[in-house]
Amino acid sequence: MKSWMKLLLGAWISAVLILGVTVPIGDIPGLGDRARIIFFHVPMSWVAVLAFLMSMWYGIMYLRKRDLKYDIRSESAAELGFVFCILATVTGSIWARFNWGSFWNWDPRETSIFVLLLIYGAYFSLRSALEIEERRASLSAVYSIIAFVTVPFFIFIMPRITFSLHPGGAGSAAPILNTNGKMYMGTDMKYVFFASLIGFTGLYLWLLQLRTRIGLVSYHKHAEAA
Amino acid sequence: MRRQQDFLADQVPKEGKWSSRALAGASIIGGTSSAVNFNVISVAAVCLTACRELTLKLISPQAILPPVKAASAIFSKDLNSELRTRYALNSLLMFVVVTLSIILFSTAGEIVSSSLSAGILWIIVFFAAMSGLSRSFVSEEERGTSMTLQLWVKPTSVLLGKLAFNSVLIYVLNILIIFAYLLTMPSFVVKSPFIFFITVLLGSFGLASASTFIAAIISKANSKGTLYPVLSFPILLPLLMSVIDATRLSVDGASMAEASADFKILISYCVVVTTVAVVLFDFVWRD
Repeated sequence: MKSWMKLLLGAWISAVLILGVTVPIGDIPGLGDRARIIFFHVPMSWVAVLAFLMSMWYGIMYLRKRDLKYDIRSESAAELGFVFCILATVTGSIWARFNWGSFWNWDPRETSIFVLLLIYGAYFSLRSALEIEERRASLSAVYSIIAFVTVPFFIFIMPRITFSLHPGGAGSAAPILNTNGKMYMGTDMKYVFFASLIGFTGLYLWLLQLRTRIGLVSYHKHAEAA
Repeated sequence: MRRQQDFLADQVPKEGKWSSRALAGASIIGGTSSAVNFNVISVAAVCLTACRELTLKLISPQAILPPVKAASAIFSKDLNSELRTRYALNSLLMFVVVTLSIILFSTAGEIVSSSLSAGILWIIVFFAAMSGLSRSFVSEEERGTSMTLQLWVKPTSVLLGKLAFNSVLIYVLNILIIFAYLLTMPSFVVKSPFIFFITVLLGSFGLASASTFIAAIISKANSKGTLYPVLSFPILLPLLMSVIDATRLSVDGASMAEASADFKILISYCVVVTTVAVVLFDFVWRD
């Protein structure tokens, strides 16, 4: 990544942070100013799922090409996704404290992010239990694929068919993630929301590039020593 | 000579473990003598490989045993060895007795709600499955027989045979658990038996197919016992949530229409997980 891109990313995310707090968002029934969480919480969970998808994608690439570099990419994507998943959980939980009155109450959305955390945790514990590098790479790739085919049950099906208090659950009006598949946002809000989505995705990709580079360097060092 | 060796290594098919070993042996001998000598030996190694491939083609059980027959052979092998030792069944029965008695001690005299009793039932089933189903693959690794299986049958047949055995095991186990549970829990009265029957039928199969596949993964890992529930739980959670909900509905005496949403999830879960397991099993088995 070029240095001007880093500067642009920094300026972009700072602008998103300032606008996210200051931009007028109009009146949203039942949420009010608490709806501003959408600028920070939704991009986190979006990146958490995206990272998991990328991790699975690099896993599939490893199974096809049998090149350990793909495994390093897959692991890096999963590690960063785990961080973003924790951030999504924490921001959501803080929001729940002020909107619903308690930090955690097993709403279907909370269950789904919890399962995503569990899957990440299981993925890392599987990796640490396998010593041979090739075996670790192929088995963790297989596990991330089978986890990814069961995740949709939670993130996309369960919150829609069961009653949920989360904005977007069955019956509640919500800016995004509603059952009608439409977005109910003012123009300003929409711009800031998409800017935030792009900014945090960019931040994730930059971190992923750095993490992958560290992984590759230590892999080559290790390979030279052996 | 180096280049020749690489070239020969490329010529030999990748699956031929013996052939590559023969080639390695040949190159060791070849290294001590002249290049001409090496050439003769490596040509002989290639000839040997060809002979082996040919004999395997002719007498290989892969040619004799079609996949379904191989799967049923593995199923009957596992069943026979289980019937002889009764290792899994005995310990699982004791596990169920112990778990159930702890639950009965702690709920004695309480009126347990339908959702709680449905949850407790599937907790017993889940942990019984977690302590019993990993054996199918772990025992092959421990006895060192997985190599033999890899040589003689196709991976899909191994998975299907093991899946059939684990399904039978979990069905027998679930029938026992449910009878014991119905007898000992006074507040667990099934008002819609048909819904309950379908729930157990689909739920047990889904449980068997997901946990058989995870068993194949963890049989290659170090800490098998603790890793198994850790890996299985997130995968099994959609299944567990819908079977618990369907069981609660059957205890409450709900109609078929109310439970159909859960059955749709269960059916799609079974289909998706079994398909993915069959597709991905090659990568787990032949790593």
